[in-house]
Amino acid sequence: MIAFELAEAVLLGILLVTAVAITRARSLFVAAMLGGLFSLVTASLFVLLDAVDVAFTEAAVGAGISTVLFITALALTNSREATTPRRRVVPAGLVAVLATAGLIYASLDLPRVGDPESPVQTHPITETYLKESQDDLHIPNTVTGVLASYRGYDTLGEVVVIFTAGVGVLLLMLGPRRPADEARDQAYLQAEYRVLRVVSKTLMPFILLFALYVLLHGEFGPGGGFQAGVIFGAGFILYTLMFGLGAVQRVLPMRTLVILGPIGVLLFAGVGLSTMALGGGFLDYNELNPGNPSSGQVTGILLIEIGVGLTVAAVMVAMFYALVRRGVRR
Amino acid sequence: MIATHYTYWIIFALMMIGLYAVMSHGNLVKKLIGLNVFQVAVFMFFISLGRVDEGSPPIITEGIEVYSHPLPHVLILTAIVVGVATTSVGVALAIRIFEAYGTVEEDDALARDVAEEAAE
Repeated sequence: MIAFELAEAVLLGILLVTAVAITRARSLFVAAMLGGLFSLVTASLFVLLDAVDVAFTEAAVGAGISTVLFITALALTNSREATTPRRRVVPAGLVAVLATAGLIYASLDLPRVGDPESPVQTHPITETYLKESQDDLHIPNTVTGVLASYRGYDTLGEVVVIFTAGVGVLLLMLGPRRPADEARDQAYLQAEYRVLRVVSKTLMPFILLFALYVLLHGEFGPGGGFQAGVIFGAGFILYTLMFGLGAVQRVLPMRTLVILGPIGVLLFAGVGLSTMALGGGFLDYNELNPGNPSSGQVTGILLIEIGVGLTVAAVMVAMFYALVRRGVRR
Repeated sequence: MIATHYTYWIIFALMMIGLYAVMSHGNLVKKLIGLNVFQVAVFMFFISLGRVDEGSPPIITEGIEVYSHPLPHVLILTAIVVGVATTSVGVALAIRIFEAYGTVEEDDALARDVAEEAAE
């Protein structure tokens, strides 16, 4: 117990220092890299708090994809920030301090962290998700069970949001653009980053294999469509960083991504509609195999996880391509 | 009180540091980074509510009786991925603003709008 508290306090301390450093950094490159560190430490905290599925999503997204997104944004804009004028610092600081005080006051009514008697733990739904799910679904990873089956409707909504955001980025970024600076791109590709290139090329098959494992094994261990999608996306983003857009587009062109993204959403919604056609409710996987409902559940969950994985991976990579294709200006 | 609630308090402080960055900084990319910090702190708050003493990750295994609550994990898992998708919409908008105004500083962009109106 003491070891847990010590580890937690140390991680929270690092997070606090990192957050302050982020607001103080004038160089946006530094702020973006510290943001990556912030996410990585948060991922460790999630492991400590027993949220393993969340932890590796955060590690892949926060420390991987979003850091790269910010750095791409800096390449396309400015990497130094103007000094914050005093007239903005004081009111903003005041609001932040007052809001913190208000939240701390409100938190006195919260149960302590880890209280087995807290409303979260005593609510009847806890029993449904942790005990009854084993008879209904036979899926040991309850996070996957809840995500894909009990709250499948919600998850479909989330996938649609991600897809819509992807469409938004493509519409914003794929307009007329100035020609990319060919000489500069060539210079980058011929530069001596041999160690980085060899290492990332060697890692590539393992990253993709791991993504597949996470996708197909999500019912038994930590994993699922969202996690697999972001790991897959992070792998291709790493490859693009090291070998350029030309090389990676020979394997995975933008055209393919634009097709794969909607296919994922349609697969998800299609499973829902086909269970309706079979006489059940929307996303009622029992109907997929009426003789053996739990095998129907496994089939349904696997299908929609593949749909989620396809959309998430395609959107992540497509957004990154779109930003990179904007070309380096300045 | 301190011994049992400090986790929440530090998380609230992190949230507000993020909010402060959004409010005080004029640079749009910096605002997005601050928004990210705020968002991740909210994730931590949710996850900390799902934890239970002596609990295990909610993957049912024989011989283990106490598990953390899976629902916050599900909500946050999807929120993280939705979060990065919406952040990149923000990044794309910031890039378009830079292309139109030549700056991502809020004040400079506004000043340019005012100057253009005055010139008309």
